Amino acid sequence: MSAYLIRGGRVVDPAAGTDRRADVLVRDGLVSGVGDDLDAADAEVLEAQGAVVAPGLVDLHCHMREPGREDEETIASASRAAAAGGYTAVCAMPNTDPVADSAAIVEKVWAAGRAVGLVEVVPAGAISRGRQGLRLADIGEMARSAAQVRIFTDDGHGVQSSLFARRAMEYIAGFDGIYAEHCEDESLAAGGQMHEGERSAVLGLRGIPSEAEELMAARDIALARLTGCRLHLLHVSCARTVELVRQAKAEGIRVTAEATPHHFTLTDAALEGYDPNTKVQPPLRTETDRRTVISGLADGTLDAVATDHAPHALEEKDQELTFAPPGMVGLELALGLTLTELVEPGHLELMDALDRLSTAPARLLGLGDHGGPIETGAPANLVVLDPAARWEVDPDAFHSKSRNTPLAGRPLRGRVLHTLFKGRPTVRDGRVSDRELAAR
Amino acid sequence: MFGAHTSGGEVMIKHLLSMDQLSADDITRILDTAESLRQVTDRPIKKLPTLRGRTVCNLFYEASTRTRISFELAAKRLSADVINFSADAKSSVSKGESFKDTAWTLEAMGVDAIVVRHGSSGAPHQLSNWARASVINAGDGSHEHPTQALLDLFSMREHFKDFNGLKVAIVGDIMHSRVARSNIKGLITMGAEVTVSGPPTLIPPQVASWGAKVSYDIEPILPETDVCYLLRVQQERQSEQLFPSLREYAALWGLDARRMKMMPEQSLVMHPGPMNRGVEIGADVSESPRSIVLNQVANGLAVRMSLLYLMLGAPNQEIAA
Amino acid sequence: MSETAARFTVKAQVFGPDDIRRALVRVAHEIVEANRGTDDLVLVGIRTRGAPLAERIAASIASLEGADLPSGALDVSLYRDDVALRGPRRLESTTIPVDVDGRVVVLVDDVLYTGRTIRAAFDAVLDLGRPRAIRLAVLVDRGHRELPIRPDHVGKNLPTSADEVVRVHVQEVDGEDAVVIGGYS
Repeated sequence: MSAYLIRGGRVVDPAAGTDRRADVLVRDGLVSGVGDDLDAADAEVLEAQGAVVAPGLVDLHCHMREPGREDEETIASASRAAAAGGYTAVCAMPNTDPVADSAAIVEKVWAAGRAVGLVEVVPAGAISRGRQGLRLADIGEMARSAAQVRIFTDDGHGVQSSLFARRAMEYIAGFDGIYAEHCEDESLAAGGQMHEGERSAVLGLRGIPSEAEELMAARDIALARLTGCRLHLLHVSCARTVELVRQAKAEGIRVTAEATPHHFTLTDAALEGYDPNTKVQPPLRTETDRRTVISGLADGTLDAVATDHAPHALEEKDQELTFAPPGMVGLELALGLTLTELVEPGHLELMDALDRLSTAPARLLGLGDHGGPIETGAPANLVVLDPAARWEVDPDAFHSKSRNTPLAGRPLRGRVLHTLFKGRPTVRDGRVSDRELAAR
Repeated sequence: MFGAHTSGGEVMIKHLLSMDQLSADDITRILDTAESLRQVTDRPIKKLPTLRGRTVCNLFYEASTRTRISFELAAKRLSADVINFSADAKSSVSKGESFKDTAWTLEAMGVDAIVVRHGSSGAPHQLSNWARASVINAGDGSHEHPTQALLDLFSMREHFKDFNGLKVAIVGDIMHSRVARSNIKGLITMGAEVTVSGPPTLIPPQVASWGAKVSYDIEPILPETDVCYLLRVQQERQSEQLFPSLREYAALWGLDARRMKMMPEQSLVMHPGPMNRGVEIGADVSESPRSIVLNQVANGLAVRMSLLYLMLGAPNQEIAA
Repeated sequence: MSETAARFTVKAQVFGPDDIRRALVRVAHEIVEANRGTDDLVLVGIRTRGAPLAERIAASIASLEGADLPSGALDVSLYRDDVALRGPRRLESTTIPVDVDGRVVVLVDDVLYTGRTIRAAFDAVLDLGRPRAIRLAVLVDRGHRELPIRPDHVGKNLPTSADEVVRVHVQEVDGEDAVVIGGYS
């Protein structure tokens, strides 16, 4: 097997808490040396001069759409997009068709991910059968399957019944799983197109109040206290939810939370042109919410940056905003947006940003092979990024099958040079390397 | 080669999507032009050659015979060709032609203006990104209905001449009303004072930031009201538990003869129609000479002719380029 | 060559207030003479500057003949053939105090040039009714017709080149009576 020398980079390793200039030698899938002026005559050199070497990114929240909507995304196309975005592991949401609510489906997704071999595809399982919120999904079987599912969610909507949520948490806790919630009280959010506030009133679009998220987050935190289950709050969008998570953590409740790049980048002002690509769930909120989400990421109240990568076919988004499904793609933009919106303005140190993108989500999912530390003997899941590179979002250049983003043309700073998955470059010099795949 | 010529006029706007786009001068120009055109509608030969060769499409995703006929007649009076296109507004992914494909079809037909009525807020806005034609919003979801507001302003100006300090009460379902949104914006632009009244569940808390006052109780504001504008009560709001019953609505916010007597002598009652007599408006009020529901029809025609003239009486794309 | 920012500059005044007054009085005489009196006559000035000229001619005829003559104003903007080229104009009212059916309508305009305004005025008048005849009186005829239109009564003939601009100023609109030649710079 080949060897690679990542030469001249700045190794930023949140898991070890180190930030130093060093070469990284990768051999047979593992890191075989970290140090100055490493010499390996047989190794292929990956230039990292002026670049940052970090643990490969880990996405807690990705809609790969397979099975069911292979026209929008496949495990293969999502894997390519993920690799291009610097990811080495992604968690696949279960709202596929059929829903990933049984061992058979999660194993299929897991196996398909392995077959593609560009990133670790970590399937999440549904909490309820068909995500109907009525009967428990095959939680235990999914946990014991080859896919070893650890995170369960009905993402796309929240579990509406408090009793059902309680039962699910109790059951999931028994497998040391994570109950992950899409916090949204549907009776308050029904028919909503955007954040409820000044702008929704002017635009004549039905609003989704922040309270729809806040209420369910508060309920789930209370139930996590009751059941002792690990709770993860998906795509936190509003200030009060951040506050709830902060209090719950202070109280010692086992709660974690994530935020998406679009919620720390955009506000409901983006809806003013009625672009269906700005419609997401939970909706883009106010500037106060955006700032609070950023401060939550900065102080670690929000553990991770997760993409909520939600590909949609052009014809789905190219219709009236009220008919268009919510969601935007994110795998190929998350790193650039994090560096541009969080690191460059000084809200987060690079080390902390990489922790939220890699180390924290890897720990959360229990992925020992990801998130660092970058040390001899560790699996070589790495990203090399140029933090100074300037580029513009060009949806036509996406590896994802879908193009739905309102950020086309937006200038970003920082992009991926190389991604190494299990010691092999899946991206080299910014290009997804299919050559490596073909050689296997 | 031809820009705005010294003896010609500037085109004010390419699309009319929202009253936000119009300044007080723009509104005055539209109303003045409508006043001149109103003359034409009173003479034996009502047709003008002005927009000969232009094509206007009425693209209606919601049934609205009155608005469509008003636009159709306005276009025909100006000698434009008219295409009527009705469709169901539903998600087009599985059934029928998509909104965008329809836009492109109209584009290929060389339509100069698309008058669009749609149940989805913002649909005209989206259409304006897809089509080169001028887009006129004939009512979109709960967003706006600017031509209705312009005709209401026209009717108010006929009676009061000046908007400055004019006190207008808008009563009813402000939350879901495109007519209310457009009227509030237009009236405030023109210097009128707007107070809204109605069930608290139907008044968005943001109204204050639009420059309107709120009074949940209708009676205290009536003695100070020059125009009482009543919005139609939609039956489905009751089933959504936005107010307890039509009876309670009528009792608390309906304008009956007793309440109309609280208004000043010269005041007006307006309603965009169709009316629910006995709910938001008393039958005796709707028949009163102070109520101007019906003669808004002629004004609507004049205002729509005015808009078509001001928006389409414009340099051709090819020539301007 | 965009005219958007062009400014009109006066090169020369060719007629003053007295010239205009005499010309209008002569036109008034001609109209009465051609019509053999004032029966069924209605003067219709084309907006903007034809309208006050029509009123003056009507006043002139009234003092000559001792009979009041109906005089109105016509806005032809909606009948113009250059709407698509030049954009929408500010509309003014059309006010003709009598029914034009069976009458002799004398159109009055300030400058006769290509004839297109008069063509529009024909259509505008014919949409109001069926006059027995339409005649045309202009203060200045500067030539360069693009349509087969010939005035019946001319105040002043003013040979010009096509790149010149002729403007009539009237007291009622411009605060002075004058005919000037100029250009856009």
